[in-house]
Amino acid sequence: MKLIQYTGLALFLAALGLFIGLLFMSRYQIDSENLDDLQAQVKDQHQVYVASELEKLKGQELVGKFAFLSQVKAALAASNEAIVKDNGISADVLAQYLADSRDEEGGQIRFTEASRERASGLLPEALRQTVKDYTGWLIGREFETIEAFEEQVGQGVTGAVDGFLSQKKINTEDEKNYLYAIMKTMAKGLYWDNPYVYFLLVIGVGTLGALMYIFPAFFDGMPGIKHNHIYHASATSQGLIGILIGVFLIGFYLLLYFRHYWIVEWITLTDPVAMTLRGEPASQWFMYGFLYTLAITVMGIRMFAKYRHSNYHKIRTASVMFFQLAFAFLIPQLLYQLNLPDDDLKNAWPLNYYFLFDWSIQKHIDSGTFGVFMLVWGLVLSFILVPLFSYIWGKRWYCSWVCGCGGLAETLGDPFRQLSDKSTQAWQIERVVIHSVLAFAVLMTVAVLYTYLGPGTFNIGLNRWLFVALLLAAAIGIILYHRKKYPHMGSQKVIAWVAIIFGSMIGGLIWGYTEYGSSLVNFSSYDIRGTYGLAIGSIFAGVVGTGFYPLMGNRVWCRFGCPLAAILGLQQRFASRFRITTNGGQCISCGNCSTYCEMGIDVRAYAQRGQNIVRSSCVGCGVCAAVCPRGVLSLENGPDTGKSRMDKVLY
Amino acid sequence: MHIVIIGNGIAGVSTARHVRKISDHKITLVSSESKYFWSRPALMYVYMGHMKFEHTQPYENWFWEKNKINLLQQYVERINPQSKTLQLADGGVLEYDKLVLATGSLPNKFGWPGQDLEGVQGMVSKQELESMEAYSKDTNHAVIVGGGLIGIEMAEMFHSRHIPVTLLVREGSFWNNALPPEESQMVTREIQRTHGIDLRLETELKEILPDAKGRARSIITNKGEEIACQFVGLTAGVHANNSLAEGADLETNRGFLVNEFLETNVSDIFAVGDCAELRKPATGRRGVEAVWYTGKLMGPILAQTLCGNPTEYHQDVWFNSAKFLDIEYQVYGSVGNKVREGESHIYWEHPEGRHSIRLVYETASGNILGFNLMGVRYRQEVCQAWIRSETHVEEVLQNLGAANFDPEFFRQYEHEVVDQYNQQTGKQLTLKRKKGLKHAVAVLSKLKI
Repeated sequence: MKLIQYTGLALFLAALGLFIGLLFMSRYQIDSENLDDLQAQVKDQHQVYVASELEKLKGQELVGKFAFLSQVKAALAASNEAIVKDNGISADVLAQYLADSRDEEGGQIRFTEASRERASGLLPEALRQTVKDYTGWLIGREFETIEAFEEQVGQGVTGAVDGFLSQKKINTEDEKNYLYAIMKTMAKGLYWDNPYVYFLLVIGVGTLGALMYIFPAFFDGMPGIKHNHIYHASATSQGLIGILIGVFLIGFYLLLYFRHYWIVEWITLTDPVAMTLRGEPASQWFMYGFLYTLAITVMGIRMFAKYRHSNYHKIRTASVMFFQLAFAFLIPQLLYQLNLPDDDLKNAWPLNYYFLFDWSIQKHIDSGTFGVFMLVWGLVLSFILVPLFSYIWGKRWYCSWVCGCGGLAETLGDPFRQLSDKSTQAWQIERVVIHSVLAFAVLMTVAVLYTYLGPGTFNIGLNRWLFVALLLAAAIGIILYHRKKYPHMGSQKVIAWVAIIFGSMIGGLIWGYTEYGSSLVNFSSYDIRGTYGLAIGSIFAGVVGTGFYPLMGNRVWCRFGCPLAAILGLQQRFASRFRITTNGGQCISCGNCSTYCEMGIDVRAYAQRGQNIVRSSCVGCGVCAAVCPRGVLSLENGPDTGKSRMDKVLY
Repeated sequence: MHIVIIGNGIAGVSTARHVRKISDHKITLVSSESKYFWSRPALMYVYMGHMKFEHTQPYENWFWEKNKINLLQQYVERINPQSKTLQLADGGVLEYDKLVLATGSLPNKFGWPGQDLEGVQGMVSKQELESMEAYSKDTNHAVIVGGGLIGIEMAEMFHSRHIPVTLLVREGSFWNNALPPEESQMVTREIQRTHGIDLRLETELKEILPDAKGRARSIITNKGEEIACQFVGLTAGVHANNSLAEGADLETNRGFLVNEFLETNVSDIFAVGDCAELRKPATGRRGVEAVWYTGKLMGPILAQTLCGNPTEYHQDVWFNSAKFLDIEYQVYGSVGNKVREGESHIYWEHPEGRHSIRLVYETASGNILGFNLMGVRYRQEVCQAWIRSETHVEEVLQNLGAANFDPEFFRQYEHEVVDQYNQQTGKQLTLKRKKGLKHAVAVLSKLKI
């Protein structure tokens, strides 16, 4: 058994090493063939420019990833310069234009229809209409001096040219896509010659190794709680290995969201699966979905071994494995093949925060009857089934039986569940943060829907600096209030969280100012959804939510961030039949329940007083009841009478 | 008024918390063992790496300041009832108006030769946990003397570190002075199938031999066998820590003798928990009941008395629980280690031999007396309500599901228990209630409890 386990570990680590090594195995060379292949992946308007710049690198020796990347970035920048040169106007032309378009009849300096028409021949044809549009408001103006004329009309023309060029140029989004296409198309090397071999070596061997490592746990002593040495092992007690795992996960998410062209090898590794299921090469999201599902499956099997004495854990683990595999992974691929919106049909609003965005609604309506059905299903799920089921069973039916985030937390995250912060202060922070995210998500959805269905624009005339001042005042207010109300607690954690959250909002506002100039705040629903998608959708849910498993426990997102968990929590606290019942006076205050609560609930604080546990954050994983050495806790649904659910303090 | 409590275990802390709940008296909790309260039954989990020591502390450190409970980490050497003062080990003197003794228990030592050697200890205090941790580094084999709750915990602790253990048990099967034979056999089997724990039944310690440095090197059993070891765990029960009686004219027998108000013979001195011995225990009960729950139940009652509302402590329906390796144990009511005169038992055991349910009832009246559960969880409220209201065993059996407290989706065995009864008696009872809160509430409301 030990041999199987250690062999499995060795295989897994070898596969993991190869997985990381893959990123450094590619060499790059541009030739006529791959240049042709690339063209199809570049927008028509950019093809000539990109091709001619890359042409210059042709014939060059094979180069490594980072050297090649910087060359390619330079080539794209050069392409942009060429685009500007071809589509814009030179300083000379501008000066000539300003001279020609000046009407000085009768000693008056003016800008007129006629003078403008006279000069427009100097401009490239494509630009003429745009300049007309941008300078229309200046027609008929009189100017005191030539300088004033040149300044104002010059600004109009430059603005028109910039606006025109921004349509023509390679923008940030294009650049990312081109970089990905180039890094994929021009790559050579062992990996690229034998993709299936590497799929087997990395995914196949890695999975086999992990399963071999898990396998002996099915025969480890008698069935029961297996928590020996969790706090002696570096990986599960925030030791060096734990920190390394955290760094790896955080790095993975940052690359996935922000630098997918660095991890082309990882993404293309799943091409064989993508071709089979989706009929096209893998995107980074397909790769992520595949690894996510694989992690839940393999670590789900580990759960079957670890909790083999408990049907509750076996059944709920099977449930999250099923919902991930079928609903989150396979069905969307099928829908995609059928040309229908590839929804995860179990994903409820507001966890699925873009469900009610204009483009999402439009996409569903455009897909015909089935699309509309899916839209209606999403509404029924979010607003009827979720509240109904949560009334009957508490939020657990979603959070630890169905949800994908919960599924990963309950399987891959299970070894780290003990690392959640149990302090009262963490609870205080949790309540403020999660409900703020909920408010943010609701406001955003209302704003977007209003924009979509209402007048068509949604600008809020709020002064940016007033907003910064308000946020600062709120931040200081929260810290001072906390110090006054809880003088016996230290306030370091509160200060840290306030600094992170308010700091990032204030930072966003200042960044907006430097990026878009001096205009007073002009928030639109697009600004709000952009901020949410980046700060909450990507950074909080992904980078922090999963990356911090080995550092802050496996439910950071679910506990502090998830807006759906916030709604379900409010319902669980005030309108549900679910509670954890405490068995009379049997509690010995040992602390196993609190230690292993992934949501950071101090379960013992209730149990030792003989009080039932009704907490909005409880996801009903049932581990507190399983680890209790005295059989004190049980998850139950039942009549919501004061006595039997909440108000009983016996000791 | 200044209330001083000696001992910050569950008894002392329960008293302090409840005094604070109902009064503004000045409270000082004195302990030489640790500044903050922690859960003694959790010691093993720290050693096994399930938890860190701070996880065993039920309250965050700011709790004590917020609730104005003064913590004093000091050893009390002597009580002076005349001047109402305590002599502290650092030479200081602490005055009190009312004194609560909550000094707990100490491991038994029966005068074995070598019992004070290096590497020989019990497992009750924080210091003993720390020394066990230190000794483990160079222990290749450990011997544990005594087949009780702490003995098996200690064996499980060493087992978690892959240190082979020999467990000496005086009796013919594990803890059979408390457990009925079948349950005792079940635990014995569970120990025997655990690789690395060598269970020696009907074996006693004769002496412990030292090495050149004064550390235990082996033990000799009453059968003359010598077993090499570097650690000897003494877990042959505990006794009340009543050494403070000396010079304070406190009456003791096993513990500090107290009346129904938990008062000792000296005015303004009280005792709670393991160290208190009731002068008039209830029928069939002992004066000292050295379990966690005693301290927890006595604390709130003594708090009433201390705050001017004299309240009697009565031993309520007995309950206890433990975990033997992977088998959980719960008992409610009166369950002896054999079928006593005038009572009958219904005993069902799962064919795998790791779950059992035992009901004890009075043969003549049919009144339910107790429940003994192995590997099955039962609801305390329901069991106690049936016992208190002297419910007939057949009524209990038909509603037995209402007592089940196992997690969801676990197999329910109440049918089998009813069948067992039918077989024994030729009756045709059927189970009317399955597991569920709904059923528990229904049963309790019918009993009007």
